Amino acid sequence: MIVIDQKKVQSKMKSRIYRNQFFKYLFFSGTLICLLVLVILFTRILIQGFPYLDWQFLNSLPSRKPEEAGIYTALNGTIWMMAVVAPVTLILGVGTAIYLEEYARKNKFTSFIQVNISNLAGVPSVVYGLLGLTIFVRALHLGTSVLAAGLTMSLLILPVVIVSAQEAIRAVPNALREASYAMGATKWQTILRVVLPAALPGILTGSILALSRAIGETAPLVVLGVPLFLAFLPTSIFDEFTALPMQIYNWTSRPQHEFQSLAAAGIIVLLGILILMNSVAILIRNKFQKRY
Amino acid sequence: MARIKKAFLSIFVLFAFVALAACGPQNQGDEANSGNNETGAENTAESGEQLSGEVLIDGSSTVFPIAEAVVEEYNMEQPKVKVSVSVSGTGGGFERFIAGETDISNASRPIKDEEKQGLADAGVEYTEFEIAYDGLSVVVNKENDWVDHITIEELKKMWVEDGSVKKWSDIRPEWPDEEIKFYSPGQDSGTFDYFNEVILEDEQIVKSAQLSEDDNILVQGVQGDKYAIGYFGYSYYAENKDTLKVVPIDGGDGPVEPTNETIENGTYTPLSRPLFIYVKNEALQRPEVYNFVEFFLNNAGDMAEEVGYVRLPQEKYEEALKTLEGLK
Repeated sequence: MIVIDQKKVQSKMKSRIYRNQFFKYLFFSGTLICLLVLVILFTRILIQGFPYLDWQFLNSLPSRKPEEAGIYTALNGTIWMMAVVAPVTLILGVGTAIYLEEYARKNKFTSFIQVNISNLAGVPSVVYGLLGLTIFVRALHLGTSVLAAGLTMSLLILPVVIVSAQEAIRAVPNALREASYAMGATKWQTILRVVLPAALPGILTGSILALSRAIGETAPLVVLGVPLFLAFLPTSIFDEFTALPMQIYNWTSRPQHEFQSLAAAGIIVLLGILILMNSVAILIRNKFQKRY
Repeated sequence: MARIKKAFLSIFVLFAFVALAACGPQNQGDEANSGNNETGAENTAESGEQLSGEVLIDGSSTVFPIAEAVVEEYNMEQPKVKVSVSVSGTGGGFERFIAGETDISNASRPIKDEEKQGLADAGVEYTEFEIAYDGLSVVVNKENDWVDHITIEELKKMWVEDGSVKKWSDIRPEWPDEEIKFYSPGQDSGTFDYFNEVILEDEQIVKSAQLSEDDNILVQGVQGDKYAIGYFGYSYYAENKDTLKVVPIDGGDGPVEPTNETIENGTYTPLSRPLFIYVKNEALQRPEVYNFVEFFLNNAGDMAEEVGYVRLPQEKYEEALKTLEGLK
C-alpha cells in the first residue's frame, strides 16, 4: 500500500518551495528597505553636517552667522532637562508598573486604568504640551523652567515606560516569586531582590526608547513657550533653558543654506547622545542578563 | 544586591530633591520682584554701566532671526542681562504677552482688535515699534516663461476658492491650459495672515493649496513644479534667487519687483509688510528692558539686513527712539 502519493507531493512541492522563498525574500527586502532609509539618512546628515562639527560648534552660542553658531546652550539645556525627565519617569513609571502588576487586584477599575494608560501612549505630543502649559507653567507658576519642561516630557513618555515595565514584570516567572516567598521573604523584599533584577533588562529597553523620544521632541517645548535663544546656562531646575531639537528645528526652517548644514551637525550630536544612552542601557542590561 | 539598593537610594534622593525644590519658585519670584523694585528706583543706566536682570521675549518666528541677531550683539555689551527669546508665533506670543508672562512680543502683523481688548482687560499698556520690513514675494518656477507680472486682482482670482479647478489660462487666456499648483504658508503664520488681509480679504484660500509651516518646503515645492506658484518672506526668495522666479506685482502703479530698495521706499505695495515688536510700558521702567529696547531700535536696521530683511528708513528708527524716550 502506498501511504504517500509521491507524485502528488512532487507536484505541490514546487509551489510550497516558491512560497517559502517568496516570504523569505519579502521579509528580507522589508529589512533592507528600513536599513537603506537609515543609511541614506545617515550619510546625508553626516556629509552635510560633519564639516560643521567641531569643538567650537559645541562650545558657542547660536548666532546669525552660521560659521560662529553653536549649540552650547541647547546641548546643556537638553542634558538639564533629561536630568529631570529620567529620574521622574523611571520612579513614577516603574512604580506604577509594580503597583499594577504586583499589588493591584485585577478588577474593573485596574483594567480601566490599564486601558487609559495604553490610550495615553497614542496622544499627540502637542496635547501634552498644552497640559504642561496649563498645569506646570501657569497653575504651578514654574514658568518655562527646566522643571516644567522636564515634568511635561515625563508625562509624555510615562505611558510607554509603564506599559513596557509591566510587560517586563509580567514576564518574570512566577516560580521565582514563589521561591522567594518560600524562603520567608516579604513582598517588598521579593519585588526588590527577585522581580526587579529579573525584569530590569525589559524595563531598561522600554525606558530607553521612551527617553530617546523625550530627547527628540520639539512640539511640546514650543507649546510651553520654552525660549529658543538665550545666552546663559541654567544654574538650577527653575531656570530657563533651551533644547537641542528646538535649535535644530529652527535651523532647518531658516532660509540660509548654511543653517541647514548646522542643523545636520546638531542632529549628529543628538544621535551621539542617543547612542551613548543606548549603549549604557545595553551595558546594564547585559550585566543583569548574565545573572538570570 | 547592595548595588541595586544604592541605585534605588540615589534615585529616591534625587526625587526628594526635586520634590523639595518644587516649593521654591514662589520665593524666587518674590526675590526677583524685590530686586526689580530696587533697581527700578535708580535711574536708567548710562552707557558703559553693567546692568543685570531678565528680558523675556516671545512671538513670531519670522521676527526671531532679527531678535536673535540683536540679542547676540547685546549680549556682548551687557552680558549680565539675561535675554531669552521664544517662538510661540505671533498669536501665541500675544497670548503670553496678555497673560503678563513676557516683556516684549514679536509680531509679523499688527496687533488684532481682540488682542488689544485682551491687553486692555488685563490692564497692560504697551507700545508698538516697527523694526523692519519684509516683502512677501510671489514666486513661480524658473521654467515658467509666461508670467511677467501679475496684478492684485489676478492674485485674488487665483488664490480664492471658488469651487473650480484653477488653471493658468483662467487668469489670462494666453497662459497655458494647465492646473495651477499652490504653495502657501500655514494658516497660523503671520505671513498667511498678511496675505489674507491684502489679497484674500478673508475669503477661503484655494483648497488645493499645499500649506506648510516650513517655508523651505514651499521653496522646494515651487522649485520642483513648472506650474506652481507660492509666496513667502523675502529672505527665502533672496536665498534662492537662482532657482526661483519672482513675479513683479502690479498694485495699481505698474509692476514692481521686490528688492531691498522697492521694499524700503514703499513702492512694492501692498505686499511689503512691517515687522513689529510690542513692548510692555511697565517693563520699560526696568533699566535693563529700557536699555535693551533702545539697543534693539539702534541696531534693528543693520541686523534685519544681515538676516535677510529690509531696514526701515532711518527717520522711522529715530522717531521710534523718541517715542521710547517719552516712555521712560
